[in-house]
Amino acid sequence: MSILVAENLTIQFGGLKAVDNFEINVNENELVGLIGPNGAGKTTIFNLFTGVYKPTIGTITLNGKQINKCKPNEIVMLGSARTFQNIRLFKEMTVLDNIKIAYHNQMNYSFLDAVLKNSKFHEQEKEANETALELLKVFHMEDDQHKISKNLPYGKQRKLEIARALATKPKILLLDEPAAGMNAQETEELMETIKFIKDYFKVSILLIEHDMKLVMGICERIIVLDYGKIIAAGLPENIKKDKAVIKAYLGD
Amino acid sequence: MKKLFKKFDKIVPMLVLIFSIFLILNTLIETRIFTRYYASILVIVAVYIIMATSLNIATGFLGQLILGHAGFMAIGAYSAALTAIALRDYIVNDLLLFIVSALVAMIVAAIFGFIVGTPALRLRGDYLGIMTLGFGEIVKVILTNLEITNGAQGLTGIPTIMSFPIAYFTMIIVVSIIALFMTSRHGRAMLSIREDEIASESVGINIFKYKITGFIIASMFGGVGGAVYAFQIGYLTPGSFNFTRSIDIFVIVVLGGIGSLSGSVIAAIVLTILPETLRDFASYRLLIYSILLILVMLFRPQGLMGTRELHLSKINDKYESIKTKLRNKFKKPKEEGDA
Repeated sequence: MSILVAENLTIQFGGLKAVDNFEINVNENELVGLIGPNGAGKTTIFNLFTGVYKPTIGTITLNGKQINKCKPNEIVMLGSARTFQNIRLFKEMTVLDNIKIAYHNQMNYSFLDAVLKNSKFHEQEKEANETALELLKVFHMEDDQHKISKNLPYGKQRKLEIARALATKPKILLLDEPAAGMNAQETEELMETIKFIKDYFKVSILLIEHDMKLVMGICERIIVLDYGKIIAAGLPENIKKDKAVIKAYLGD
Repeated sequence: MKKLFKKFDKIVPMLVLIFSIFLILNTLIETRIFTRYYASILVIVAVYIIMATSLNIATGFLGQLILGHAGFMAIGAYSAALTAIALRDYIVNDLLLFIVSALVAMIVAAIFGFIVGTPALRLRGDYLGIMTLGFGEIVKVILTNLEITNGAQGLTGIPTIMSFPIAYFTMIIVVSIIALFMTSRHGRAMLSIREDEIASESVGINIFKYKITGFIIASMFGGVGGAVYAFQIGYLTPGSFNFTRSIDIFVIVVLGGIGSLSGSVIAAIVLTILPETLRDFASYRLLIYSILLILVMLFRPQGLMGTRELHLSKINDKYESIKTKLRNKFKKPKEEGDA
């Protein structure tokens, strides 16, 4: 079953077609990589998928529902979550609170329940607390729960951002350059983490990345983008040999 | 039963504190150790606490720069005063009259909060600040030109039904509602908007809904503050809700710590009582006041409390830890002696 489908997707900023006739079909529990030189339109595609931009032409379907005109928060509720190229945590808040904010939509007590602090409030808060802790345990971060998130080391901040995205219970996880700014060893760890997430949480993952080792190492399928157009798509080994891809990256 | 007891365990110390402060202050007023002048200052302190904590929702927790909070205070003050004037012959009980008028003030201020907030919150930072500043001035001009408010001459004949107990408990109710609200998922959602709007949208928070809710709650309780003020002063002119008043409230929030309710409360107390005690220094008063402000901002730019809150349990923990430390200190030599 396909989770995320985009057809004929185009977005135009003035005279510039940032994304031109893009197509994708991400299946359940599949790990797809999206690569391309700088300025190819990868992040723009993520912004289209998450509702930050609205497509000029084309449709995006998430989990069987068309999301062209949805707001970012509505798309999250339909089962998609993302991380950002430059980490965006709630910096001044604790690690646990960062996760708990993502549980916002899974709780439903009202303003009045909050002020009265009734049993509905306590039950739901307790549950959120426990599930958040469990999630942190999965990422081996339970000891950091009370730390202010900006004080975490870089690698852990990345992990926390991914954990926060997973807390919204997504069907598909969009990772925007998760290995950016990481050294070789951290990247290695990240690869393990991503593989683990895919198996443990049974999510589909769409991944933008420049680190070829990571992309070739874990992606099941790769789509290559240049100047907003798909220039190649397929299995990693085929992409490596693809003439158009080599040309896009290295020139003639 | 045990569970119930445990639940109350947390609230009881707070209630004890609230009531003991009230009893002390109230006996001081009743026995006339505090003159009427002191009592009126205490009511004004309560007004400023209400104004500062309500502004702190929008400015501190939501991170929106709002420079026209006196506008909502004015709306609240005038609507409460007009309601009370109209109803004073029908409702003889002071407390009831206050409650009814304050509710009207709340509703009217909240409606204005919604009307102003909807377009305003599409703006950000300085632009929002300028817009809300403009709103405050517009309110002032409208109040000056309306017939029902008696224009620039000011509204007289407002029943001065305010007393220290009413002001005190209104303040307690407002602050507790805000505090209870902020420690819920709704409060967290607002904090996340302050931290990073894009990220909070990306975890599924409806940022527009929470911005407008925050704005409405802030204006609503701002209206309540205005109502308390109106019944204390008994005479309203549009001029008393000018830009300086907005800035006074804003300064309290900044000085107390943007995003800290207890900070707002402390700063409101200090900044209302300080100018009064400095009256002996006559014209040096404003100088000293300003220098103090500058000093605090130099040495604690995050405000007195930063974003932290004062918790009774934390104070208790600290007290316990000091106690055990001291005990260990005194115990150790003894144990060695035993050995």
